[in-house]
Amino acid sequence: MVNNAATVGRSGVHDYVLVRASAIILALYTFYLTGFFVTTSDVTFEIWQAFFGNFATKVFTILALISLLVHAWIGVWQVLSDYIKPALLRGGLQFIFSVLLLVYLAAGLLTVWGV
Amino acid sequence: MKQIFSIYRYNPDVDNKPYMKDYELEIPEGSDMMVLDALTLLKQKDPTLSFRRSCREGVCGSDGMNINGKNGLGCITPLSAVAAKKIVLRPLPGLPVIRDLVIDMTQFYNQYEKIRPYLINDGKNPPAREHLQSIEEREKLDGLYECILCACCSSSCPSFWWNPDKFIGPAGLLHAYRFLIDSRDTATEERLEDLQDAYSVFRCHGIMNCVDVCPKGLNPTKAIGHIKSMLLTRAV
Repeated sequence: MVNNAATVGRSGVHDYVLVRASAIILALYTFYLTGFFVTTSDVTFEIWQAFFGNFATKVFTILALISLLVHAWIGVWQVLSDYIKPALLRGGLQFIFSVLLLVYLAAGLLTVWGV
Repeated sequence: MKQIFSIYRYNPDVDNKPYMKDYELEIPEGSDMMVLDALTLLKQKDPTLSFRRSCREGVCGSDGMNINGKNGLGCITPLSAVAAKKIVLRPLPGLPVIRDLVIDMTQFYNQYEKIRPYLINDGKNPPAREHLQSIEEREKLDGLYECILCACCSSSCPSFWWNPDKFIGPAGLLHAYRFLIDSRDTATEERLEDLQDAYSVFRCHGIMNCVDVCPKGLNPTKAIGHIKSMLLTRAV
């Protein structure tokens, strides 16, 4: 068995479930946004703001942002652990991507909260 | 008919780097032969050409090689099936080359060893004479026990190329499922425990190269899917 230290404590089963669950949420969010654009003929600033001011949209957006963080965190780790073999470079890149993903989440939360 | 072969040559004692060498072989019009037969004839011309072979009938799995870009067994691949003006023969990809078409399979066997490829029985309910299986229980092993460990599948799998020290690979996982599903084996829980990490099984992303190249027509991806299902069922 491969030591879980190599995967920062996560098991393959956790990753497998989290990647798929987050993918479902992201797919549903995509449908939700697509539905908005399809059913709205003229997207003005007021309509766009009202859409994101809606409580359900806020919750769904936050859920999608968290799902994106989880999905990308695991996905980037998998890609880096496949293609980048020097441990220091891999760790460094993982750190940069993880920070970027957290920044993306924080920025998204603050933006949605501010509407 | 003249058949041209381009064969990967590398002798670390003599060569600085690998190179491709062209050979010509005269094949009587209207006849056919296996890639291994052609290699044997070429070796008579050039005794320095090295490759593995043993049973020459697709049972031992010694002569796995990359034939025009696809892994297969030289002994059961007819030249007519390759049907190319130039047949390019390379060693199985992803594993270290010892010489010419001979590869070092240590990493492959290390992964095979990890799955404990033998029946484990705690002996708590020993049968009076022998462990009998019903027809249905025995049928579950079909499509699994036939693997000859030629490494065509594992060496065609990118996940195995990138992580040969951590990912078990399709051949090892096919065998792992063969023992997980065996009614006589009582170590299912321990076996699953050993496979639940993020590499051993879950590095398989189901691209099915293994199924495409298996010379015995087996389906490692399906077996890996069953292992994933067992791991998920156990977790939830």
